[in-house]
Amino acid sequence: MNTEKNSYTVIFATVMVVIVGSLLAFLASGLRPRIDENERFEKQQNILYAMGVSQNEDAGSVNFIPTDVVEEEFSKYIKQQLVVVGSESKERDEAYLIDMKKQLNIIKNGDEAELPLFIGEKEGKQYYIIPMYGKGLWDAIWGFISLDENMVVQGVVFDHKGETPGLGSNIKLRFFMDDFTGESVLDGNRYAGISVVKGNNDPLNNDKEDNQVDALAGATITGNGVTAMIKETLKLYKPYLETIRTK
Amino acid sequence: MGLLSKKDANLILDPLADNNPITIQVLGICSALAITAELKASVVMSLSVLFVLGVGNVVISLLRNIIPSKIRIIVQLIVVATLVIVVDQVLKAFAYELSKTLAVFVGLIITNCIIMGRFEAFALGNGPWKSFLDGIGNALGYGVILVIVGFFRELLGSGTLFGIPVLGDPIAKTGLYSTGYENNGFMIIPPAALIVVGIIIWAQRSRNKALIEEA
Repeated sequence: MNTEKNSYTVIFATVMVVIVGSLLAFLASGLRPRIDENERFEKQQNILYAMGVSQNEDAGSVNFIPTDVVEEEFSKYIKQQLVVVGSESKERDEAYLIDMKKQLNIIKNGDEAELPLFIGEKEGKQYYIIPMYGKGLWDAIWGFISLDENMVVQGVVFDHKGETPGLGSNIKLRFFMDDFTGESVLDGNRYAGISVVKGNNDPLNNDKEDNQVDALAGATITGNGVTAMIKETLKLYKPYLETIRTK
Repeated sequence: MGLLSKKDANLILDPLADNNPITIQVLGICSALAITAELKASVVMSLSVLFVLGVGNVVISLLRNIIPSKIRIIVQLIVVATLVIVVDQVLKAFAYELSKTLAVFVGLIITNCIIMGRFEAFALGNGPWKSFLDGIGNALGYGVILVIVGFFRELLGSGTLFGIPVLGDPIAKTGLYSTGYENNGFMIIPPAALIVVGIIIWAQRSRNKALIEEA
């Protein structure tokens, strides 16, 4: 067989593309439902984690609610799922499935977006949980932040698509996320957010009023991404947050 | 190794030392710099490459007589990319947590020059069994260096191994830190990996002078 002929090359390429293409398409559509379910559970785990519902034991690792009970726990703790348009809000089932990235694109095009917000209740205390979406060094970063009526952070959870392992990827570790808890996002009346800064003379994060947490060594851009993401998110939700703020 | 002939055994053993893909052939440096800040990432990356290179070498070897030489690089690329996507999708469906750890490596595997290098240099000219051994050997040789680099970078840079503190608590100043020892922040950034790889190359060549190239 002459494998150098042009016609052979074209046929080989065509056959190969068809085989590989159908293999991948078959696989992707076959596995889609399972992958979707995994992603849904993950979102529920993250929302619950931001309001402090997790299986964390003392210091160390991040332990989400296990996937087999997460749906039950989610309906137990999350009292309301809202969509926020400006300062108005209305209830919407399964608002947690709204893709923040798409909503941000709608806003970028100048249209009015429907922003999801969840109200959780634990031991009589209300948690306002807001999804966030932003940009790290290499790719997307996202997460959830939960606030109380005084605009004090009750918990955060971050995740990322492709930040550098051991550096930027550390935004999803306990020691980084725990630092945000207790910080106020307000500076006077301004929604200043929380900045990730280097050398702020407060590495143990004792000062909860300075709108700052200690940065990660070697991950400046990812840290800046987190700062910007929180700020942008607060800007979007500000009209609604003003209506619930008591301080 | 009683199971393998001496020649076959060398296919696995050579890349571990005297024909190491990183320290001798100087391939795959990019991922060796990028992901060795922690030991866990090094191990995960090594295992991923082990799988892709082992299977990929066999596939290319089986196809070696029917691949038109004009488009062989494209064919190789498709094989790597397909394998990586299949692994990624299956993990996403059945081992979601693991797939998130791996996500960042997927792109790096496709562009890993060791894989293309072995397809081109070995699998296109040898049978499936030999190619399989060659793939495993080279992936192990790559993995050994990654783990060594990851070990030193995580230990000296963060004072941990696999995320577990081994030198005490740097903030509360316990263990080794009570003597005034500090983590070396330089080890966390990628250039430190070059220095560690450089030291390995130096050690290896001074032990075996035959490896030194004529200037």
